[in-house]
This record gives sequence, C-alpha cells and structure tokens, in this order.
Amino acid sequence: MNDPAALITRALSEIASSSDLAGLDEVRVRLLGKKGTLTAALKSLGALPASERPAAGQAINATKERVQSALEARRLELETSKVSRELLAGRIDVTLPGRGEARGSLHPVTQARLRIETLFRRAGFDVAVGPEIEDDFHNFEALNIPPNHPARALHDTFYFPDGRLLRTHTSPVQIRSMLAHGAPIALIAPGRVYRNDHDITHAPMFHQLEGLVVAENVSFANMKAVLHGFLSAFFERDLAMRLRPSYFPFTEPSAEVDMSCVFCEGSGCRICKHTGWLEISGCGMVHPNVLKASGVDAERFTGYAFGAGIDRLAMLRYGVNDLRLFFENDLRFLRQFQAF
Amino acid sequence: MKLSCAWLKEWVDVPWDARELGARLTMAGFELEAIHSQGDDRILELNITPNRGDAMSVLGLAREVAALSGQKLAGLVTAPVRAELAASFPVHVDEPAACPVFVGRVIRGVNNRAITPAWMRTRLEGADIRCVSPIVDVTNYVLLELGQPMHAYDLAALKGEIRVRTARSAERLQLLDGRAVTLDKDMLVIADRDGAVGLAGIMGGERTAVAIHTADVFLEVAYFAPAAILGRARRFGLVTDASQRFERGVDPRLQKHAIERATALLLEVAGGKAAALEVLESTEYLPPRRAVSLRSAQLERLLGARIDPQRVESALTALQMRVETTSAGWQVTPPSHRFDIAIEADLIEEVARLVGFDAIPEEEGASRHHFRALAGARPAETSVLDTLSARGYHETINYAFVDPQLQLRIFPERAGLALANPIASDLSVMRLSLWPGLLKVAAENQRRQQQRIKVFERGVCFIAADGGTLEADRLAGLACGTRLPEQWGVPRELRGSLDFFDVKADLEVLLAATGSEHGFSFEPAELSCLHPGRAARLLRQGHEVGFLGELHPSLVRELDFTYPPVLFEIDFYAALRLERPPFREISRFPEVRRDIAVVVGENVSLSALRERVILSASSLLQQCRVFDVYRGPGLETGTKSIALGLIFQDISRTLTDEDVDQNVASIVVGLRASLNAKIRE
Repeated sequence: MNDPAALITRALSEIASSSDLAGLDEVRVRLLGKKGTLTAALKSLGALPASERPAAGQAINATKERVQSALEARRLELETSKVSRELLAGRIDVTLPGRGEARGSLHPVTQARLRIETLFRRAGFDVAVGPEIEDDFHNFEALNIPPNHPARALHDTFYFPDGRLLRTHTSPVQIRSMLAHGAPIALIAPGRVYRNDHDITHAPMFHQLEGLVVAENVSFANMKAVLHGFLSAFFERDLAMRLRPSYFPFTEPSAEVDMSCVFCEGSGCRICKHTGWLEISGCGMVHPNVLKASGVDAERFTGYAFGAGIDRLAMLRYGVNDLRLFFENDLRFLRQFQAF
Repeated sequence: MKLSCAWLKEWVDVPWDARELGARLTMAGFELEAIHSQGDDRILELNITPNRGDAMSVLGLAREVAALSGQKLAGLVTAPVRAELAASFPVHVDEPAACPVFVGRVIRGVNNRAITPAWMRTRLEGADIRCVSPIVDVTNYVLLELGQPMHAYDLAALKGEIRVRTARSAERLQLLDGRAVTLDKDMLVIADRDGAVGLAGIMGGERTAVAIHTADVFLEVAYFAPAAILGRARRFGLVTDASQRFERGVDPRLQKHAIERATALLLEVAGGKAAALEVLESTEYLPPRRAVSLRSAQLERLLGARIDPQRVESALTALQMRVETTSAGWQVTPPSHRFDIAIEADLIEEVARLVGFDAIPEEEGASRHHFRALAGARPAETSVLDTLSARGYHETINYAFVDPQLQLRIFPERAGLALANPIASDLSVMRLSLWPGLLKVAAENQRRQQQRIKVFERGVCFIAADGGTLEADRLAGLACGTRLPEQWGVPRELRGSLDFFDVKADLEVLLAATGSEHGFSFEPAELSCLHPGRAARLLRQGHEVGFLGELHPSLVRELDFTYPPVLFEIDFYAALRLERPPFREISRFPEVRRDIAVVVGENVSLSALRERVILSASSLLQQCRVFDVYRGPGLETGTKSIALGLIFQDISRTLTDEDVDQNVASIVVGLRASLNAKIRE
C-alpha cells in the first residue's frame, strides 16, 4: 500500500501545477477516476486482513477528502482567473460614439411658437388658426381699415388676380373667432403672414402672434399685466416693460410695447440702438368698430388685442442676428437647434 | 418727419434739451427715430402715425409740446398783407364738397431769380427739401411750418380762369415731375380753360409751373376734403408732402393764415406786390366738429385705472379741446385740426396719452377656469415633430410661394394659384405641395457640401377647390444620402444609400402613433415626379392620405442629386388623426412559431400574400412576419422567395401540434391555389 502522506503531497502538487480547467480535470481523473490512484487504493482494501481494514479505509478516505477539497479550491481559482481574463479581453473604448441615427432638430421659429403656445395655454388662452389666403373684409375692412386708408400703404399686400390676398397679419383671426364664438373670448393666433418686402430685416413671409381677450370689463391695465407676464415668462427674467402711444386702426387706445433690452439689460448696446429698449409688440383696446364688425356688443364688452413677431422673439431668444437665416434652411444652422 | 428744435422754439418755450424732448415726444406717441445735428440746431427725426396728420408740421408738434409741458403756444400771425395791387383772377369751385375752402391771390413783380436767404434754405434742407427758387421755397417753408400745402401757378401760363372740378373721362395731365398721366373721373383737378393744370392736393402740372423767369404768380391755398384725395396719389405711385397731409386732414381754418404768412415771406424774399385775397368758402361742407361724450365710468373701465377728473379736464383742455361737464362725465369738442377724434375711445386715448401709459397700473384680470374638451382626434403637434427630429430629420420653414417652373416640372398636370404681384418670378405661385420647397432645400444643402440630408416641413398647401382654395395642412419629408451618418462599425450591408424602405419606416413610426394599427395600407402609385416602380399611395381606411416614393431618375439628374431623394407627404390631420387604441387581452399560454418559405412570381406583392395567409388560417394565427426576401441562385428568374414567420397562440389553452399543423396545411393549400406559390417548409 502506498504511503497516504506521500500520496497527498504528490496529488496536491499536481493540483497546484495544473494551469487550466482541462488540466485540472485530468488530474482529477488520474486521482479519483475509475482507474485513479485513490480509487485503486480503496479497491485494494479488500486484500487487507479484516483487522487492518478500518484504519486503512479511514486513512484513504481522509486522503480522498483532502484531495477533493484541494481540487475544488483550485477549480474556483482557475474559473475566477478565466473570467477576469475574459473581462480583460472584452474591454471596449467607451469614448467611441454610439451607433445609429443622429438627432434632427426643430426649427427655432417653431420652438419659439410652441413655447409661446404653452405659456398662453397655461394662462387660460385658446390657440386659434385661420386661413392664409384672406379676403379684403377680414384682412382690412372688419379691422377698421377701409379702402384708401393710409394704413393700407404700410401693408405691402400680395394680391391674387381675383382680389383675394395673402393675409398681412394674423388679426383676421380675431374677426373670424369672434364671429364664430362671440364673447367672452381669450385666444392667441400664431401663424404665417406675408408682406411684399424683402431686406435684412424683412422677409416676404414671416410669423406673427395675435392675441385677443374680450370680456366684460377687460381693461388696459389687464393688458399690461398679460403682456408683461408673457414677456417675462418667455425670456425667463423679470424685465422692464413700457407702453408708448401709437396708432393701429383696429385698436383705440393703441400702444407700442418696449421691453428692456435682453442683451444689455437696458444699459444700452448696438442691438437696442443704445436706447436700452427693444420694440417687441403692438397692442391696444379693441376698437368698437371691430367689435361691431365681429358681432360683439361693443357697449357690454371691452377687449384688448396684441401682436408680436414670432421670428423676432426667436431671434432675441437664440441671439440670431439675421432674419433671413430662418428661411435659408442651411443644415449647419438648423443643427444648432437640436435641444428643445 | 424732421423737426428743427430751433424752429420749434419760435412757437413754444421748450423746457427740455433735444434728447429729453425726443423722449417726451416718444412717450406721447411720436416716436423718435434719430437726432441729427445741423450747426447749433438739433433735428429730431420723428415717426408720425397716420392718424396724426395735424402733427406733420412745426406748429402741430409745438401744440403737442405745449400740451405736454404746460408752456404757452405762440399765436398765429393774423395781420394781413396790405393789398397794393388791384388785380384778381376768376376762380370757380364746381365741387364745394371736395373743396370747401379755396383762398387765392395774385402777386406780381416777384424776382424769382433772387437768392432764398440762408436761414430759410437751412430749414428746408434740414427737412430734406430741395431748394428751388424763392416762390417754391416759400410755399414749402409754410407747408413745413403750418402743415398747409399750397401751390403757386405761373400767372402768365394760366388760361382765363381757375376751376376746381372733377377730371373729365380720360383727361390727360403732365405733372411737375414730367410724367404724363391719364386721370380718373373721381379725381379732383385744378383746371383752366385749356384743361387740367394740377392734381388737386397732390401735385401741380408742368404747363403752369413757376420757372426762374416767372414774375407774376397765382397762389392757391385750399382745404381739400380727405375723401377727395385718399388713395388717388397712390394710383400713380405718388406720395407727396401735399397728398400725405390732405389725406390725413389739414386744418380747414388755416388757409387764410397760411396765405398771409406765405405772401409776407415771398414779398420779403423776392419782392413783388400782392393783390387782395379771393376767398371761396362753403361752410356747409366743412368737416363738422361734433362733440363727443366721455363717461368717467367708461374711462375707468377701459383703462382699469381711476384718473382724477381735474386731470382729465386739464389734459383735454391742453389739447385745445372744448370741455363741458355733464352728469356722466364730459362733452368734448375737438379743435378743427384734429381729424382723429370721433368716438369715446379716441378721447380715452388722449387722456391716457397725456397722463402717460406708465401711470396705468398692471392688473391681473379676473381668472376664468373653464374646461373645454380637447379636440379628441387631433394629433399632438409636438409629438409628431419630435418623432421626426428624433429620427434624424431637421425641420425647415419654406416660403409658401414657389418657383412656377420647378413646381410645373414636379406636377405637370396641376396648376398653382399665381400671385398678381409676386416679389420675384421664382416666388410667384402658391405651392401645391411641400415637395418643391424641400427639393430646393436639399439641392441647396448639397451645394453646401452636405452629403446626407433629412429634412421635413409642416405647412399649408394651396389646392384649387370649387369656388375657392383649399388650404391643406400637410407634413412632408425628404431624405437622401447614406442610410446612416458616417460612423464606425456599420455593417457593410447598411453602408449604402438610404432607400424607400428606410423612409417608409420613419413614416410607419408616425402612423403607429395614431393607434390605428390596421387602418393603413400602401399601394403602388403613379406620380410623374416619382420613380414609377418606387412610388406608393398611402391609404387610411381606403382614403388617400399621402404619398411616398423615390424621386424620378430624370429629376434626380436635372436637380443634380448625388443620391436619389426619397420623399413623403401626408395630410396632417387625415393621416395622423388619433384613434383610441383598443384593449385586447393577452394570452398566458405559449405561442408556437412555424416558418415557411413561399416562392411566388415577382408580381405578387407582400400584401396580397399576407391577405391570403390570413384568409386561409384560423383565428389562432396571431402574426405573420416577413423575415427574408430572396432572389437569385436556386430560384427561377422572375420569382422570389418570401420567408414568413407564422405565430400561433390561443387565449384559453396550450396549442397542440395538430392545431398548428392544420393551420399551416390550410395556409399552404390556399397559397398554392390562389397565388400559384411553391412552399418550402
């Protein structure tokens, strides 16, 4: 019979020197397999005298247990190192860009419009739309601009041969909405408008925001609060606002709205021509003739209306310095507006 | 309008410097555009709104400054020039309603070769008026000072009389600017026996114009009613100093003052002797000065602020209004120079203007919390736009008028609505589709070295419909270039040009968001601008709601595209209208999948195949997926093999092989019989 101690020493050394799981398994078979050394030793017990068998059996079993636990320990060791080798081999460069499509963008004018709509909806305004091809009644006459009125000269209107026209402002939506829904009413009407004019600050098509509130006892003071609230919310700051007397045929009193320059905070810069103010909107109390033309009782109801250029609001918000960029649709320009 | 501060100071003591004056006028409704220097003087460039014709003069602005500052306004000089000449010229006013006041006089012996004095020249130049000769310069000077247009005729050229009448049919007139015009019958003219010598209130005629040798003149100072002048000048593309003022309204009480002022200046500058005034006045046609009532309650209601009654009265009085108190407020009569005070709101504006808009507080309106049902089926715009941009598309905004030639090339069988006065010939026809705009954007961006272009637009297209124009709200996209942006690690088969099916997937993502799972179908379409074999019509419940296809190869060449663009256009509402998605119970039992390969002729479409499969199977068939389409070796030419994954499942039990086998057998039989298909299981 082999000496158990020598057997253990040799087995442990073989286990320790096996370098991978396959090698370790070979060692296991050699020791514990059907024809393995320890299996053979156990089989040889039968040849011993009965009195020696228990002691010899105990010794062999103890040896077997030691070998088995050494095998298990080594197996764990080898598996762990295999996983770490695999992990090492599987490293990637996490700084490489992700695969697939890149994000597109929303036009800055659309972003400004959606922002305006959200702000006004929260304040209880509806969003209304109207046709872009209008007739003289809705675009001019109902807005207290009869034929030959000097204000018509300021409109540079695009006409069709049959006398219809491309709306020069979103104000006709006021008329259509009041005719359809009556008063009280609180709405904004954003949309495309057209003027036959093209230079650095004018495009033949641009975007306007119209606002209209008609109810009993709506006042100029209410209008000031709404405009100031909107401008502060849109530009996300508490800016100063002032109203200057002006003239629009469809409002009386009428005012131009100036807000403190968002570039210099009112201290004067090139953008605001060193006045500290930016002209941003026109507004006024709805002229009784407009209410009458829209079927609203001009004694019972009062109202205010305002208009502003969405393109201009977008230019100021994003710092775009040339209106024409909005309609050139250069991808290098549009890509700058991925975030919204 | 340009206002000399020095000139203004002759009329009112201005307590402010030029900058402060400009600021005050701005806040009173006369916006300061710029301040210019002219020697020691400052010239304010002011924007006068069209309702304030009365402020288009030194006198008019002096009145405003007096009202704003409380300073006294200088009076008009009333001392008449002594008539040293016994001469007259016959004047007839045939149209007293159009010309209620006509004042004229003969002046003889004027030296029109005299040099206009420097002080007068300076003031005219400061107002951008060219100096011509003493006679013309004096009339312009008084126009600037008092706002009263006037005209001097060469007396020697006038034939027999002056008559204020309407133009005769097709009457001709050679204007001062040299142009010969044909007059309309609703135009007011000044005529002599030989015909029209001037367009009343707009511009004089060439034949009777004063020249350097003119010695004897007839000076005309009239009040023409705005209605007789409005719009006439514009018919000839004219805007004159006179027409602007008469259209807006000239003070009908100013004519005698103005002619005396002009006569005195002319005699001073160029000598001569004046005859007595000839005055033709039809007071019944003077604009009525109606009193307008102002209720204090309405003032407070409209402004949302209470203004002290004394302040109201002082403001209106300062503007030369006659104010009488009534039980409800006031009766206010505007002065003769104000043509813009007709209703109560006009007076409220005047009060607010003088008090200052800043003095009116900001006040939140009474809030209304009212619920209105959302327009249920209307697609959420933001989610549509965001979906496209998340899939790589950039939103563009294009002009609604397009190049008629490009549009005709794309839609040769349809006519766009043409503008009567386009801004440019390549922006002259309203778009029928968003495609012309997107194609132009894509071509321009390709010229800017952009290799991969994915753009979209939402906007209105203008379609002729019976008796009018339908404004169709559309959404369109265009994609061309590589399937993916240039990047690492893209498998070879995905590196080519994007095609029909890439864009179809983008469109299908939008359609899936409608909740209308089975409502959409695509069928082959023929559009002359699209590749005949790669164009589809999108149907929703059988109705056409859009198109999808690859640009026709000949257009690809003409527009010089490197990669063929794929385009889609859908009707925003009809295609994207939302349906409430139905709830279906999900099965707890396993699904069984069988794959079959179906060999059919090239002419058999997938939708025909799928329709047949669904028809042949029982309700256990849950899905029929396509996972491969193969053509090539092993197949007869003209055929293709479509690999289908058939998914079976039941809601209440686990399926047996028999259930599935029966279904597959019936599908196979159906396909063989109807589509002459060969099946490989």
